[in-house]
Amino acid sequence: MNATMRRNGYRADALIETLHTIQESFGFLDDVSLRFVADALRVAPSQVYGVATFYHFFNLKPQGKHVCSVCTGTACYIKGAGKILDAIKEQHGIEPGQTTPDGELSLLTVRCVGACGLAPAVVFDGQVIGNQDVEQTQARIEGWISHANS
Amino acid sequence: MPTHDELPEIRAAEREKQGSYRHSIRVCMAAGCLSQHEGTIRKALVDAVAAEGLEGEVQVKGVGCMGLCAQGPLVMVDDSILYEKVTAEDAVDIVKALDKKPVKRIQSSLNIPFFQRQVKIVLENSGIVDPESIEDYISRDGYAALSKALGEMMPGDVVDEIMNSGLRGRGGGGYLTGLKWSTVSKAISDIKYVICNADEGDPGAFMDRSVLESDPHRILEGMTIAGYAVGAQKGYIYVRAEYPLAIDRLKTAIKQAKRLNLLGDNILGTEFDFDIELRLGAGAFVCGEETALMASIEGRRGSPRPRPPYPADHGLWGQPTLINNVETFANVAPIIRNGGQWFASIGTENSKGTKVFALAGQVKNTGLIEVPMGVTLREIVQEIGGGTTNDAGLKAIQTGGPSGGCIPVEFIDTPVDYDSLRMLGSMMGSGGLIVIDDTASMVELALYFMEFCMTESCGKCIPCRVGTAQMHNLLNRIVRGEARAEDLELLEQLCDLTRNTSLCGLGQSAPTPVLSTLKYFRHEYLEKIAAPPAEEAAS
Repeated sequence: MNATMRRNGYRADALIETLHTIQESFGFLDDVSLRFVADALRVAPSQVYGVATFYHFFNLKPQGKHVCSVCTGTACYIKGAGKILDAIKEQHGIEPGQTTPDGELSLLTVRCVGACGLAPAVVFDGQVIGNQDVEQTQARIEGWISHANS
Repeated sequence: MPTHDELPEIRAAEREKQGSYRHSIRVCMAAGCLSQHEGTIRKALVDAVAAEGLEGEVQVKGVGCMGLCAQGPLVMVDDSILYEKVTAEDAVDIVKALDKKPVKRIQSSLNIPFFQRQVKIVLENSGIVDPESIEDYISRDGYAALSKALGEMMPGDVVDEIMNSGLRGRGGGGYLTGLKWSTVSKAISDIKYVICNADEGDPGAFMDRSVLESDPHRILEGMTIAGYAVGAQKGYIYVRAEYPLAIDRLKTAIKQAKRLNLLGDNILGTEFDFDIELRLGAGAFVCGEETALMASIEGRRGSPRPRPPYPADHGLWGQPTLINNVETFANVAPIIRNGGQWFASIGTENSKGTKVFALAGQVKNTGLIEVPMGVTLREIVQEIGGGTTNDAGLKAIQTGGPSGGCIPVEFIDTPVDYDSLRMLGSMMGSGGLIVIDDTASMVELALYFMEFCMTESCGKCIPCRVGTAQMHNLLNRIVRGEARAEDLELLEQLCDLTRNTSLCGLGQSAPTPVLSTLKYFRHEYLEKIAAPPAEEAAS
């Protein structure tokens, strides 16, 4: 975090770069880090919070142990991403942006990961997998969860 | 530190090295194919080559996108044999078959319209060069255009050459690139910037991702030439954080270019200094709009501001700024190398050159294609694309993403150029081309796009913030069968209002998917509108 800010000479325009580094390191943006960045870059905390909430890529809540992001780009939509999303919502009782109470699974949606040639695509813990259907996606999530319980 | 004279030496050495191999096996390492093999195929091929004792004779190379994503992972042998749906287990057979007959079970045909009908300028290196090797790029005439521009041309000559080419912005607007360059070059300021817009936010489009992953040096070269032409010293590439592979390859490319003095101070031994920095987006569609993008580079919320002043006068940190899209910059080096006249000879009268399209949706050959401007939608979808999947009927073709429209099948013989698509109520956009078959509901598609625009609206201006939400409500009611006939009228009024009064392109174009589906598929809306309840009809 300090390295990113130092590389950018502690200029205010390093804010977004620094937030990326925090999220990469901790998985989400917590209040302590946000305040720290505001001080270091001499930017108002309101502006830091404003930027952090403006961009969809930043999470302000801790993520589950595993993160499943369903691509809802146009090609994936046409090829049935909605069904995959509905199945996960129903099976695990969470909406996009939420995490299961046991902290095992976070569900997200992402607007196009650029894998349209392999639609529908789902990102499992950062790994893009194409040509998914409801069964394949659920099997992969089951794999995560049963592994955790065993 | 290489100078103009040393670049050809690097080129010759690399060509000799590559020419020394008897065979070349190329593995697609772009995101689509890579997601299916994680590099295991390349490793298996390297091992298989070693097992046969062919290290000095057979080259195994990781390359960028070969286009036919639907059949990936792809492996190409010596430009003549293409293997599809390859797995690591096939590696031994591929290597053993090198001097014999190809492996039948995974062989794909190159004699199909998908490969034969394309004309490659932007993608000429994609699938051929190793995106992580600057020497390989140089061996394919890479940085020859930069060397020519710096060595033989005045900045004004470079601008003229781009003007003569007739190149228009590939990000969607279609503004004449030469004119933009000329305006920025004439702006008076000691500090100027060049920005590459790689915030490919249109869902369903992946041209820029593919170019960045497959041929990153092409973009660096185009930007550096632009910097020389307009008098800028610094460039930024604003790239989506959702494209980690493209970011990695750009970082590597920038490092390599600096090492060979193709970026930095005194480029190629001249007086010209130019540096490029990466800036990551963070998932905001509105940042594709140029003023919002600049706000984001400055570390602020990506809210657009009114224009004028245009970025050419008052851009990044208040300085004159040139902003072009990835594909636009990718066209620069070939234009400088071969001349504007050459480029202008391709395409149609008002749309020169080629266009890269991301072919996706219900079409057999999904993937990346590059075709001359003026080919018809029929050629793209039915011939190159191989028609619809599952033999369902073709219903419409969606171009231009959430800012574009749906073109019904009746107009399939329309030539693809900026003006023809606009006349049909759609737009060229950045190049996403989604094929829609009979099974899709156009009203639901309009709702899908409106939901996208509603969530992506930055909230700064009221017509867009409230207009998209209200249109979304109305569309939702129509989809659920709860709407009345007046709602359609209201929807049209709102479309008109949002289009004409929004601050930036996002709001101005948000109604386009609705208007185009209303124009061509009105019956689908009418079918969904419930008959008005009796008491209301009486009153």
